[in-house]
Amino acid sequence: MIIEKTFNKWILVFLFLIPVLGFIFEEPYYITLTTKVVILGIAGIGLNLALGYCGLISFGHAAFFGLGGYVTGILSFHALNSELMFSWPFVSSGSSDMLVIWPIVILSSAFLALIIGLLSLRTTGVYFIMITLAFAQMLYFFAISWPNYGGEDGLSIYMRNSLPMINTMDPLNFYFICLCWLLTVIFISAKLINSSFGMAFQAIKQNEERVKSVGIETFKVKLLVFVISGTITGLAGSLYTDLNRFISPSVLNWQMSGEIMVFVILGGIARLYGPLVGAAFFIVLEQTLGSYTENWQFWLGLILILEILYVRTGILSLFEKKLKYEK
Amino acid sequence: MTSILFFEQLLNGIQFGTMLFLMSAGLTLIFGVMGLINLAHGSFYMIGAFSAALIASLTGSFWLALLASLSGAAIAGVLIEIIIIRRLYRRDHLDQVLATFALILLLSEGVRWYFGAFPLYLDIPENLNGTLPILDDIIYSKYRLFIIFMGLLIAVGLYILISKTRLGVRIRAGQNDRQMISALGIDISKLYTIVFALGASLAGLAGAMIGAIQSVEVGMGEPILILAFVVIVIGGIGSIKGALIGSILVGVTDTIGRIFLPELLKIFMESASATSVGSSIGSMLIYILMALILIIKPSGLFGKT
Repeated sequence: MIIEKTFNKWILVFLFLIPVLGFIFEEPYYITLTTKVVILGIAGIGLNLALGYCGLISFGHAAFFGLGGYVTGILSFHALNSELMFSWPFVSSGSSDMLVIWPIVILSSAFLALIIGLLSLRTTGVYFIMITLAFAQMLYFFAISWPNYGGEDGLSIYMRNSLPMINTMDPLNFYFICLCWLLTVIFISAKLINSSFGMAFQAIKQNEERVKSVGIETFKVKLLVFVISGTITGLAGSLYTDLNRFISPSVLNWQMSGEIMVFVILGGIARLYGPLVGAAFFIVLEQTLGSYTENWQFWLGLILILEILYVRTGILSLFEKKLKYEK
Repeated sequence: MTSILFFEQLLNGIQFGTMLFLMSAGLTLIFGVMGLINLAHGSFYMIGAFSAALIASLTGSFWLALLASLSGAAIAGVLIEIIIIRRLYRRDHLDQVLATFALILLLSEGVRWYFGAFPLYLDIPENLNGTLPILDDIIYSKYRLFIIFMGLLIAVGLYILISKTRLGVRIRAGQNDRQMISALGIDISKLYTIVFALGASLAGLAGAMIGAIQSVEVGMGEPILILAFVVIVIGGIGSIKGALIGSILVGVTDTIGRIFLPELLKIFMESASATSVGSSIGSMLIYILMALILIIKPSGLFGKT
């Protein structure tokens, strides 16, 4: 564990160094790439709370990621076109201020997670995996066939949403905004995991019946974890829209849910930094393989399969094992 | 909106349903017997379609192509089961989902590598071209009727296989108690390979038959895979009967919903918004159906609790 902790500190050092280096050597592309890693890492950390720590295998987290993305896209679309969004119960023409968008994204993702959680948590096992998938697919098809916001073609926003006094269009500034969110999310997760509530949801993963018999209402605990998890992933979706200045139904697709899941498992489930490492590994692999061969997905699939068959517990576990052998 | 149109759409729905049945029967068997969530099942659909297109272009025979889809997918199934899938049975669902997700990437890209990115086409044979009059004034595509017929034939065949043959007894025993049947001296890993190959070949056949109506291309399996999952979850995982009823239910709901929901809404709303709302809800309908069924019966219509 000590090695994993040192490794985690190095990750943070790297996260501060890489974009600065990119800035010095004038390679803004690497800043954008690291921003992407950070954002997808946040999405994975959200899923990890439900999937890794509480054993709720959600195959539908793209729903929250996409909702966060679409709420952001739609709000700023109206604000940039000065078009009325709705006139009841109050008049609104959207907003392009992140300080307004974030709370709305957080509230709406939490609400969606509450609804999906209330309905899905009645089922367990494979049925839970599939019903969460079904809800995400519902939103996906809705986004495709709803013509007002681009339908299948997606929605472009011309300007990144703004923050007071900060030029968000500057890649480095935007990167640090995302990094702040990452640190916040890691901090919140760490606090949660070590709280008594965290003990409860981790115990549910091991044996729900026993937790029930102690007098804890496990349904409420699971629901709350699911809501927090969905909210964090929703926030990541919002940042992702701002990064690309574009949102399309593909972020709601089941492959997105699969990818977020890959980040979590690749890094090592129920490890705080796991999803971040997983996302970094996935994206670096995608980039390097992509530069060598057109058929990079083939090799990516192969590496993933080998990882599952032989490493089994994620990349971070490699750093843990070393310690055991050294002893 | 006449009854003729309705009847035609109903047949389309049933045809779609029988195809879904070919996919979901294998999926539900594999889950029931081996406890494996196989996301890569859609890849066998694709492999079947490509095998058929390859043989059709070499020989020109549609029937040989159908045979090739069955055997091509079965061979791929056996190989993949022995090399990879076998190691996943004892793992938890999470590992299975991830490994088979990776397998999709690998197989899709592998097929694209070999066949190129352009879609292939598979021709319907002469004697199945055109339409056939059924009832007074209803005519319907011969080929689609053929698909329905094949689907029903395979449903009956599977029923006989599962309930009347020795292999079927083993499969049912495998669903009930894995340890016990291996203790009774039955080679369980051979049984697993057979079940997996059977599922794969049915998916391959479905791919080839649909490939002749649409096109044969990489990624064709994934949309139908998700629908097949919806079907087996509605029907209850592990139940072939559930898969059959679920398939027809999903096929008909999807087809009828997309066509008639916009029309239905036009009664209450203005035409333009009825079309957009109707088509959005129409495409979500089966997922709504699935969510409703799971909320009422958390383990599907015919699932064991």
